[in-house]
Amino acid sequence: MTRLLHALRRRLVVIAGLLTLAYLVLPNAVVMVFSFNRPNGRFNYTWQRFSLDAWKDPCGVADLCGSLSLSLRIAALATLGATVLGTMIAFALVRYRFRARGAVNSLIFLPMAMPEVVMAASLLTLFLNMGAELGFRTVLIAHIMFCLSFVVTAVKARVMSMDPRLEEAARDLYAGPAQTFLRVTLPIAAPGIAAGALLAFALSFDDFIITNFNAGSTVTFPMFVWGSAQRGTPVQINVIGTAMFAVAVAVVVVGQLVADRRKSRAEK
Amino acid sequence: MSATGGPPAPPAPAPPVRGRSVRKRLVPYWLLLPGVLWLLVFFALPMVYQASTSVQTGSLEEGFRVTWHLATYKDALADYYPQFLRSLLYAGTATLLCLLLGYPLAYLIAFKAGRWRNLVLVLVIAPFFTSFLIRTLAWKTILADGGAVVEALKALHVLDVTSGLGWTEGDRVLATPMAVVCGLTYNFLPFMVLPLYTSLDRIDPRLHEAAGDLYATAATTFRTVTLPLSMPGVVAGTLLTFIPASGDYVNAELLGSTDTKMVGSVIQSQFLRVLDYPTAAALSFILMAVVLLVVTVHIRRSGTEDLL
Amino acid sequence: MTQQQTTGGDVRLTGISKTYGSFTAVHPLDLTVPRGSFFALLGASGCGKTTTLRMIAGLEEATTGTVSLGGRDITALPPHRRPVNTVFQSYALFPHLDVTENVAFGLRRRGVTPVKKRVAEMLDLVQLGDFARRRPHQLSGGQQQRVAVARALINHPQVLLLDEPLGALDLSLRRRMQLELKRIQTEVGITFVHVTHDQEEAMTMADTVAVMNGGRVEQLGAPADLYENPRTTFVANFLGTSNLIEAEIVSAGTDVVVSAGGGTLRLPAGRCPAPTPPGGRLLVGIRPEKISLDPAADADPDDGRNRVTGRITEAGFLGASTQYLVESPAGKALQVYEQNTGHRRSLAPGSEVVLRWDPAHTFALDAAQDMEAGVQSVQDTP
Repeated sequence: MTRLLHALRRRLVVIAGLLTLAYLVLPNAVVMVFSFNRPNGRFNYTWQRFSLDAWKDPCGVADLCGSLSLSLRIAALATLGATVLGTMIAFALVRYRFRARGAVNSLIFLPMAMPEVVMAASLLTLFLNMGAELGFRTVLIAHIMFCLSFVVTAVKARVMSMDPRLEEAARDLYAGPAQTFLRVTLPIAAPGIAAGALLAFALSFDDFIITNFNAGSTVTFPMFVWGSAQRGTPVQINVIGTAMFAVAVAVVVVGQLVADRRKSRAEK
Repeated sequence: MSATGGPPAPPAPAPPVRGRSVRKRLVPYWLLLPGVLWLLVFFALPMVYQASTSVQTGSLEEGFRVTWHLATYKDALADYYPQFLRSLLYAGTATLLCLLLGYPLAYLIAFKAGRWRNLVLVLVIAPFFTSFLIRTLAWKTILADGGAVVEALKALHVLDVTSGLGWTEGDRVLATPMAVVCGLTYNFLPFMVLPLYTSLDRIDPRLHEAAGDLYATAATTFRTVTLPLSMPGVVAGTLLTFIPASGDYVNAELLGSTDTKMVGSVIQSQFLRVLDYPTAAALSFILMAVVLLVVTVHIRRSGTEDLL
Repeated sequence: MTQQQTTGGDVRLTGISKTYGSFTAVHPLDLTVPRGSFFALLGASGCGKTTTLRMIAGLEEATTGTVSLGGRDITALPPHRRPVNTVFQSYALFPHLDVTENVAFGLRRRGVTPVKKRVAEMLDLVQLGDFARRRPHQLSGGQQQRVAVARALINHPQVLLLDEPLGALDLSLRRRMQLELKRIQTEVGITFVHVTHDQEEAMTMADTVAVMNGGRVEQLGAPADLYENPRTTFVANFLGTSNLIEAEIVSAGTDVVVSAGGGTLRLPAGRCPAPTPPGGRLLVGIRPEKISLDPAADADPDDGRNRVTGRITEAGFLGASTQYLVESPAGKALQVYEQNTGHRRSLAPGSEVVLRWDPAHTFALDAAQDMEAGVQSVQDTP
């Protein structure tokens, strides 16, 4: 009897976990299914009939692909900026003792402990006071600002777990400071830096609230989606969403396969 | 071959300050400079501007001046306290739901998924790659009036109960508090699952065996071993969920009605549509203070100050 | 490594010390390691041995003093300019590079060619030719250790520094690698400076051992000399095991006679710390394997050897030998190792026994020392 209960309880955890997973994935499934819909009227919320129209013409809606490419450009630049600045801070924090360390740590932590709308509103106040023209540049500045902390956290974790003897070994083996950094430190910290960069890209690409405040009349992809929720949602939005989901999953799966194969080949 | 263990150490002369050392000592400051400057100018300085704006009076036409008009705070709270309380209530409920839903999933990935672990992890993370606005809009379809979900809830008489509690209205789920909380929970669930998974994954499965060996039942093992060891994940997850949820206005705008507006919506519209900057700044400042208070108390109480 | 004889020289440390804030890791120290020797720095953790090694490598800046190599002062040189290489504790192999690239690292940084051929030769020397394309995490501990040695040796350093190189290996592998390292050292003729906390490892491998304690060198010499003639209680206890007996000097001539536990013991004057005035105090030491043990009943009459009577409290059978603990007026727990030669049955706890040893095997130490210094709490019994 207790055995049965025990087994059931075990299953319960699995069942509950799978239900949560379903809850997480369901909207993606809906987005995918509705990318094949041909809605009546402007909104794509109820199923009418199957159609490939949107997939054949993903850019068929005015401004959609323009906003997408703008978002990609901003995300790429914000990732670059945040990754470089964040990696430098992470190294300083892990590798050196200096004054004001606590203050710097707080400065890194606070943006992550702040609702986006607060940062968005205060940044807008600054830009208005400085008389800055809202647009591409202000959005980029904002994105680098809020991505920075996440990059620092990701890189810091990796650098902290790094054996300092590896760099000593490099110095011992005739590598000067620059060579040590390029040939040992950077390659070993790379997974952390990559994780930080990926996170920054995702955060920047998907950001709405801060962009909403600071973009002026510039329309990024999330802004476009937001606008369309008021004006009418084109099926193409679902096409783009589905395609990005598919690309992301494919990249992960292929990456995993390549890693597995490399591992098994090395062990031969 | 000679060696002498030195005599009692003579007072050591101060180490010669070499050029190398001085330059070395400046390295961390150079590394910090650009990033810290960026955060100071675009994160800290705006806070100062916002604080100043919140005590200004004036109008767009005549310009705003600092008049230390603290009444703005009082008026803002008097006018918008329902939205404030609603924000905290919705965010708190969503956080709790995230914890309840997310824990089994994190546990599943950490201990039960076996070779499916990576796939499940990918499924948790992959939704991020579809814009969250698009995914939130999908809930409009899922919770649509007369849709499968609503019909099922109706048939099970769940809607009768929730309507009685004021969470839903009649036969509708969309445009009710329940829809907003459902959207918030959905949107921030991965932020709960991932830290939980990280801290559960660090637990040596042999600890479960050891607990079992020492006469603990599965439930006792969970309560006395697993849960305490996963506390850092619980704390991180609840913060990562509560903070963004409290300031969110996307779910309230897309899935709710005028009766479900959260404080984020108010700040947004005061700032971008009404252009009443002092009120918006005051509201934003109060929200910041509340969230920081919650964060500090939460971290202090759970004793995980080295969390981040 | 068949070619060039390394153009090395003595490593000379002069007044070298290291302090961190108010903590002194290494007190001013003078030490010369002759070219081509296998030198061991032995001590418990925190004794300053690794810090000393790191100052030779340049990984730690000396607070005072100089390091010179073959007469050339290298104190101010950064590690990558020193003709010295290190085998790190737990190896510090580059995880992102395969075995070949790990070994080639130093050659590539200095632009030495041909890289491929040299690496292949080196990997043959350490018997890792088949593993050239593996990553470090795909190797066993012993293989990683040999990669670490190869990576350092390929650069023909004037001195090879080894920081607890065998610490992560299990016992039998450690024994094999000790012999292996000794073979490589003899073959390449490079000066090895080896840091270890394992006294047996130091004695097996090194020509000269420096025993360090509390940031100072306690004693330095050949392994046998250190073992037979310890000058401090730390060395007596840290290297092997010693029975130390508190004694008072009765008379001094060519032999010194002391009284301890109601009896008298003799030892050569040459093995006492000078001076030895009657009435002065000494710690008399004797190694456990130098003592013979007989049942009190059939003990021979006085034969000129030192005698102590007592009662066995514990007997531990170790296969080749038996280890006894004997309670006596001279000491509460005297240790005796007896070979199991089979000429008599081993003695049971409770037996009354006579302990005897040659006066010439007796040494004496200054009594103003901690008798327990250097005693290892968990012992590796030989």
